[in-house]
Amino acid sequence: MNSVHDMGGMHGLGSLAPEPDEPVFHHDWERRVHAMVIASPTRGNIDAGRHQRELIPGADYLRMSYYEKWLTGLCAMLVKGGAVTAEELASGRADPAAAKATPRLRPEMVTPALSTGGSYQREVAAQPAFQVGNRVRAVNINPTGHTRLPRYVRGRSGVIERAHGAHVFPDVHAHGGGEDPRHLYTVRFSARELWGPEAREGDSVSLDLWEPYLERA
Amino acid sequence: MAHEHPQHDPEHGHDHGQDPPSDIALRVKALESLLVEKGLVDPAALDAIVDHFETKVGPRNGARVVAKAWSDPAYRERLLADATAAIAELGFSGAQGEHMVAVENSATVHNLVVCTLCSCYPWPVLGLPPVWYKSPAYRSRAVIDPRGVLAEFGTELPAETEVRVWDSTAEIRYLVIPERPAGTEGLSEAALAGLVTRDGMIGTARL
Repeated sequence: MNSVHDMGGMHGLGSLAPEPDEPVFHHDWERRVHAMVIASPTRGNIDAGRHQRELIPGADYLRMSYYEKWLTGLCAMLVKGGAVTAEELASGRADPAAAKATPRLRPEMVTPALSTGGSYQREVAAQPAFQVGNRVRAVNINPTGHTRLPRYVRGRSGVIERAHGAHVFPDVHAHGGGEDPRHLYTVRFSARELWGPEAREGDSVSLDLWEPYLERA
Repeated sequence: MAHEHPQHDPEHGHDHGQDPPSDIALRVKALESLLVEKGLVDPAALDAIVDHFETKVGPRNGARVVAKAWSDPAYRERLLADATAAIAELGFSGAQGEHMVAVENSATVHNLVVCTLCSCYPWPVLGLPPVWYKSPAYRSRAVIDPRGVLAEFGTELPAETEVRVWDSTAEIRYLVIPERPAGTEGLSEAALAGLVTRDGMIGTARL
């Protein structure tokens, strides 16, 4: 979706303001939000979680701190997934009639689970349509759902620089359509192709793009 | 469990945009109580997750990878060929590091990593990202004006150096291998690791 989260190439979004000796978290509530997102039953679909944060209205998205966005997305996902009702969220009290769940993550599972992660690569029968060195163009699409094809490369041409095999396809996975794995490539675009003649010759931007985002150039 | 009142931390003048609503800590506390009451999360597991991110992952892990790559040419080759496997040799792996790619700076090429769409970052080797990495300013500018961003970090590149930006749009995560500083020939791997900074491995700094 063409929301404000897709901000590559925009101007006027503030200064960088790096903080010396920045702590991992600034407030205790940030620790708890981060941990709840990791431990929540909604964590199984990282693409749906990303899309939920993209659905935050643009003005709020820019106003909110990072962990406020995570909190907002988490609450919405919990209700959407049926883990919590809107009434429970508003009152802070569990519906006494609701069955008690079993936590997905026990304390002793945390470090093994985080240290293992989960590969996003899948075996597929389809052969890759492109090979390293092929010239490709990013398609011009404007889906209203989730996509990882930023606006700033749509319609632009680049070169396949790495092939990663097939990976879970976020545009489908985020919406509950299954993993639908598609071949994934790193595509290198020249800065001039993306930004025009003012960009420096030789500079480039590389993105990881799934096959449905690409056509032969 | 630590409590924190008020919301504002007067010791940190960091830019979070506007301040969060004053009740956010209470909202988070209420949500945690609800999820615990419903059996959806175990508070001790939440403590373990926080501990993982505060003590087990962080840029010192990535620094060990870089120092080994500087010291051991065969390891450098393995890192460039299959970064996920080479990083796992040092015991670093897992969530948000499942598919690693290492990109190497040189006298003629400088690499810079960003996630324009959200805030993807290689947790096992760098931990959680700093606020600036997640900020609209960095996400918007790194791809269109990398040299301006670098200059704001005090990093001036020679005009002839090629800048390569990596926008993390999938589950591939990037680690920049900075150039080894001059005059470090005699240093041990541990001493070299002490020279490697987080920003050097994102690409906003040179060492």
